[in-house]
Amino acid sequence: MQKFFRRNFAGYAFLSPWLIGFFLLAIGPILASLYLSFTKYNVVRPPQWIGIDNFVYMFQFDQRFYKALQVTFQFVVISVPLKLIFALGVAMALDKGIRAIGWYRALFYLPSILGGSIAVAILWRQLFNYDGVINSILRLFGGDGPYWLADPKFSLWTLIVLAVWQFGSPMLIFLAGLRAIPQELYEAAEIDAAGPVKKFFAITVPLLAPVIFFNLVLQMIEAFKSFSGAFIISGGSGAPLDSLLFFTVYLYNEAFSFLRMGYASALAWVLLFIIAAFTAIAFWTSKYWVHYENERG
Amino acid sequence: MTTTMPTQTTADIAHAYRQEKARRARRAGLLKHIFLIATSLVMVYPLIWMLAASLKPDNQIFGDLGLWPSQFQWENYSEGWNALPVSFTTFFWNSTVVTVLSVIGNVISCSFAAYAFARLEFTGKTIWFALMMMTLMIPYHVVLIPQYILFLNLGWVDSYLPLIVPKFLAGDAFFIFLMIQFFRQLPRELDEAAMIDGCSPFKIYWAIIMPLSLPAMATAAIFSFIWTWEDFLGPLVYLNDMKDYTVPLALRSFISTDGVSQYGPMFAMSILSILPILLFFLIFQRLIIRGIAMSGLK
Repeated sequence: MQKFFRRNFAGYAFLSPWLIGFFLLAIGPILASLYLSFTKYNVVRPPQWIGIDNFVYMFQFDQRFYKALQVTFQFVVISVPLKLIFALGVAMALDKGIRAIGWYRALFYLPSILGGSIAVAILWRQLFNYDGVINSILRLFGGDGPYWLADPKFSLWTLIVLAVWQFGSPMLIFLAGLRAIPQELYEAAEIDAAGPVKKFFAITVPLLAPVIFFNLVLQMIEAFKSFSGAFIISGGSGAPLDSLLFFTVYLYNEAFSFLRMGYASALAWVLLFIIAAFTAIAFWTSKYWVHYENERG
Repeated sequence: MTTTMPTQTTADIAHAYRQEKARRARRAGLLKHIFLIATSLVMVYPLIWMLAASLKPDNQIFGDLGLWPSQFQWENYSEGWNALPVSFTTFFWNSTVVTVLSVIGNVISCSFAAYAFARLEFTGKTIWFALMMMTLMIPYHVVLIPQYILFLNLGWVDSYLPLIVPKFLAGDAFFIFLMIQFFRQLPRELDEAAMIDGCSPFKIYWAIIMPLSLPAMATAAIFSFIWTWEDFLGPLVYLNDMKDYTVPLALRSFISTDGVSQYGPMFAMSILSILPILLFFLIFQRLIIRGIAMSGLK
């Protein structure tokens, strides 16, 4: 017994801050959130058990829930591939000892570091204003820009552009991945007279597949969680006409504007489930298109 | 004669091929640079435009594509500093307090956990490790409501404790992950030699592992700084009194106050709010970029 204690003491001593945090701030809250999702709770009065009513209401009657799902899916499905394509394109242009690579890398990464800030969200609101910079540029080319922020048909695009603008970190990860592809493969392909397109699809894509997969999962989760851009640009409500009602914005408002904590917890669990499902799908499909170098077959 | 001919031709062909390849590479290189320069201009333009707008008079901001103010309106900065009922001195001080304490908390608590996972043996380690990796996936929104209720019951709402205390409890699993990756590269023999010399695990952590891991600690500190400085949701939920606001919350007040036409001052404060991050980025660029390649964070 004493030996057991001695062997484990140091490990658990160092782990203790994390352990406390894990129980108090991670697993505890997750379970509490599960419980709250079956209750009606407005903070003032104690939670009141209502069974699955929250979920029944959500799936049967709540139009805004479906709207939030639609907006969020649309955002994820459009912004993530665009971002990755852009990141890969720039990473390929940067690869293979181009001059001043350090400069380019820093410049391209800069938006990723500032992109989450409120300052940039405020800037975006002005850029996409009807009298703003984007429409002035369109006018230079003779076009007439729409009311980006007021027209539900266009508002989501402001956030998609904001997301794609932050392609820096997947780009850096692609860059590291491209470095690992042996140069001889390209040379061999050239001797066989393969063009750039052929080389891209026959060498770059398959060998980069694990990195593409990694970036895809990471960016998808990020996109599902994104909040402050939509919150600031829509003025906190998801306006116009709920076209910017990201799931996270809806959840925030249900919890903290309307104090429907029970219902918001149910929403949170749906979000958790969606993210877990998407990650699982990505992992499950990965065995068909991602091959790691050290495995044979 | 007849035998040397073909060799010469192959050599010629190889030479011509190489020349053609070099020419094509040069042309591709030029095209690449044009593409990259154009892209970086588009990328940076919004930021420079914001800097210019922070110095323009209000009536020249909208729709003006120019990057050089016709007259420099430096008053935007002093006006913006005092535009809200509480001065930005307070907001910057608040942000600094929260950020500095968060960075300290993250570095200490995450390096503790990482040291335990990477260097110490104890029962149940694999299970805890798996659970730690799982917390990487949990969206903050899921734990937000119960955490809020917990902090409300502790009477911590409207203080900085809900923003700072979790950082001392190693809440950011990606930092633990980053540090574990780094610790694992350090030779095991160091620990073993120190142990034979009678060093305690804490002494090994403090005198051997930490001094050798300064790059990893710096990377974690930098990211922790940037994310805490920019954090919006946490302060939005926990701080209600304007004198407690952090800089991002204060900036938001610019757009939620009705009928403001003070765009110049708003951009001036926006520029100031990202200035610390820009400085950090310029100084620590290498560490930041290596940190991402190493761990794939954000």
